[in-house]
Amino acid sequence: MAQAERELTVSIWRGGEDGRFRDYAVPRQESQTVLDVVTWVQRHLDPTLAYRFACRVGMCGSCAMTVNGAPRWTCRSHVARVAADGRLEIAPLGNLPVIKDLVCDMTAFFEKWQKARGRFAGTRTRAEGIEVLPPDTPARRAVEAGIECINCGVCYAACDTVRWNPDYLGPAALNRAWTLVQDSRDAETEARLDAVSAAGGCHACHSHQSCTAYCPKALNPTASIAGLKRLTTRRALWARALRGRS
Amino acid sequence: MTLRLYLAQRISAVVMLPLVLVHLGTILYAVDAGLTAAEILARTRGSLFWGLFYGLFVAAAAVHAAIGLRGVLGEWTPLKGRALDGAALLFGLVLAGLGARAVTAVVLA
Repeated sequence: MAQAERELTVSIWRGGEDGRFRDYAVPRQESQTVLDVVTWVQRHLDPTLAYRFACRVGMCGSCAMTVNGAPRWTCRSHVARVAADGRLEIAPLGNLPVIKDLVCDMTAFFEKWQKARGRFAGTRTRAEGIEVLPPDTPARRAVEAGIECINCGVCYAACDTVRWNPDYLGPAALNRAWTLVQDSRDAETEARLDAVSAAGGCHACHSHQSCTAYCPKALNPTASIAGLKRLTTRRALWARALRGRS
Repeated sequence: MTLRLYLAQRISAVVMLPLVLVHLGTILYAVDAGLTAAEILARTRGSLFWGLFYGLFVAAAAVHAAIGLRGVLGEWTPLKGRALDGAALLFGLVLAGLGARAVTAVVLA
């Protein structure tokens, strides 16, 4: 291999919001991931480099960063597939405040999960048996399509509406709300539909589908949000019709 | 955008869909038939149908466009809250006013 092929030029964001990119030379390795590159820089060149990771196998959702301009999970993004001309530019996730280097503040992201009532509200107590959900119902299949979210924040960072409207709940929280609305065991459907119908809720989505394009788990949050729009619209029109009749 | 605004915008779009088609068809017909302005006005003046048709069209367009503009202003300008609602409402009223003026000119003798 030529020198250029054996070495990567890596620009990494250093500092807070007012930081800047710094360049590092990192040896190219077989089956190297972007997270491997970041880890190599921290272990060999600068131990003060801050970044997040935990599982390294695409389960925990903590290592998402902006890689060559696109939000990605770094542990499963191979350098061979994302580094054009042996160059990598690694920045913290967009649409979230930077704490230091590659670490962003996820507070708003998780608060919006709460705001969208992204918490399961069961009705049974531990004394009762487990409720069996038939796997082939349309509702269960809708849950199946959205349930593998790992809260990595890639969709939130990719979303134009989040960037333009700070109140917007974002694709992940709304996708979560949709899976719970489809869950027959959940008891808070009405309150959840109210929560996603308020300002900044599902109706703010412009269906640009960046969430779907970038989701590392290949989920389709746009479809989930469209489902919420459909359900809340039907509910509102139905309620109006009922009121009119009585 | 709240659910109420979303519904108002979608419903106004559904209302406008057939109106736009008829409006375009009418333009094609009028041009094809070579009607003069005086001939067109002779047909529209005093017509309850065209009065209701374009009256509804103007109302739906004012609602639809004002909500759309509210979304753009909310995302692209510092306008928020009541200032945003006020700007969108004002725009809708101006549209409705201009439209009503045009409808009365075409329909009332």
